[in-house]
Amino acid sequence: MLLKQISVFLENKSGQLLQIVNVLAEHDIDLRALSIAEAQDYGVLRAIVDKPDETLALLREQEWLCSANEVLAVMVPDEPGSLTRILNVLADNDVNMVYTYAFLSGVEGKACIVLRVDDNAAAEKLLRNAGIEC
Amino acid sequence: MGNYYQPEIETMPRAQLQALQSERLVEQVRRVYENVPYYRAKMDAKGVTPDDIHGIEDLHKLPFLSKADLREAYPCGLLAAPKKDCVRIHSTSGTTGKRVVAFYTQHDVDLWEDCCARAIVAAGGTDEDVVQVCYGYGLFTGGLGLHGGSHKVGCLTLPMSSGNTERQLQFMEDLEATILCCTPSYAMYLAESAIETGVRDRLHLKSAIFGAEAWTEEMRHDIEDKLGLKAYDIYGLTELSGPGVAFECAEQNGMHINEDHFIAEIIDPVTEEPLPLGSKGELVFTAITKQAFPMIRYRTRDICMLKAEKCSCGRTHVRMCKPMGRSDDMLIIRGVNVFPSQIETVLLNQGMPANYQIIVDRVNNSDTLDIEVEVPQELFSDTVSAISKKEKELVSALKAMLGIMAKVHLVAPKSIARSEGKAVRVIDKRKLY
Ligand SMILES: [Zn+2]
Repeated sequence: MLLKQISVFLENKSGQLLQIVNVLAEHDIDLRALSIAEAQDYGVLRAIVDKPDETLALLREQEWLCSANEVLAVMVPDEPGSLTRILNVLADNDVNMVYTYAFLSGVEGKACIVLRVDDNAAAEKLLRNAGIEC
Repeated sequence: MGNYYQPEIETMPRAQLQALQSERLVEQVRRVYENVPYYRAKMDAKGVTPDDIHGIEDLHKLPFLSKADLREAYPCGLLAAPKKDCVRIHSTSGTTGKRVVAFYTQHDVDLWEDCCARAIVAAGGTDEDVVQVCYGYGLFTGGLGLHGGSHKVGCLTLPMSSGNTERQLQFMEDLEATILCCTPSYAMYLAESAIETGVRDRLHLKSAIFGAEAWTEEMRHDIEDKLGLKAYDIYGLTELSGPGVAFECAEQNGMHINEDHFIAEIIDPVTEEPLPLGSKGELVFTAITKQAFPMIRYRTRDICMLKAEKCSCGRTHVRMCKPMGRSDDMLIIRGVNVFPSQIETVLLNQGMPANYQIIVDRVNNSDTLDIEVEVPQELFSDTVSAISKKEKELVSALKAMLGIMAKVHLVAPKSIARSEGKAVRVIDKRKLY
């Protein structure tokens, strides 16, 4: 399934992440997953939330530099070897993965793996053909 | 008292000195008007002829000359002597297109070296001294200027040029150098190295002549303590000859301008009106003895004050304070002239918004240049690669434009402080003025 991910530019100074988390909490937005990519002077926060459009509008209003894009989410059994199967399929088909992170899905016994690849639809098809639920 | 290289000139009564200036000015104005079409056109445009200039009281009637004129007339348009009579050129550092080439006849070199000799003698130099010159030799005026002055005084001259600190310290120790000539930041570096390597206690330095960059009283005391010497300031511009336009005496309270060669004025940089003595304004020089490259009312862009009070050293020539800033926005970073507009041009060419801030600092005696730029929305995505790629492109484009490395920091939009809606473009933390 495709999910809308929100990315926010964070400067390398304390309290930036806290400010964002506060904004979400104040507006009753559920933060399901987050990861941060860091460079020397800045970082990019990536988040999966329950209300992405509202979140984006809210952050833009507060003048955060942010954007939204689609990422591929794959539900896997929360057990050893789940990620290996996915990575094998992608590697076998020469799909370049830009980054990935995972979170507990809220569904009993299932984890959700977020994949950022160049072509979401193609990767989704490859995984489905390999019998992976996504 | 004493310590003069040319006592009759350096202590000349002011009335006599001004009469000399007037005589030389009248002659110089006539010479440039007759020999340099560029000056003639400027004077004609202002409706002034050599007949209007009877002495220094008429100086204000003459048009100004600026760095833009020098660029426009590059390379030979301001030459006032036949090229065959010129024996040397020097040039300012800086990026291509901003260079100034100054010409010298043998007479010009001679007078310039006299000026440097005055500075060396004022710093206690005699023919017994060993002068170590670690200013760069070459197009830069620092090395050859002090070198020539040192010869004139009859000092043993060590033409070290810049760099190679280990060798500098070895010669300083082995040849028992007594006078050091270099930039204050290099002196600081030499001092620290001398202390670290234990050479410090085997040195014979008594004085130093520092110039070519801004420095503070704190730096003076620090270097004086570390090297056990007395540090003298020297001022000059390639356009006017080089170091030695003005120099400090033992009072260490302002630099005596060599007024028999250079007439100094202070003007309001905006209205261009001359200001009374003692006011703070832009320093303007008229070179009245130079043959090849005479400057008439050259705007230095240095903000300064002149002091007419009699100096206890006996010299009658007015003193200028250390430059207190610049009337344009030029920054001198690691000896290179940098204009914020050049940085802005690079950013715009690279598709960046003109929201930036330039931060200049001095860390471990070396200037640092950091540029903060706001990231535009279209550059931002969920990955860092696009931004870091742009960062690298900016660094190399800036290097190509400025000739020096700058660190680029990408920051969030609207994060650069604005005062009253207008961004503060330059923060110079060096506190050199
Ligand atoms: Zn004096």
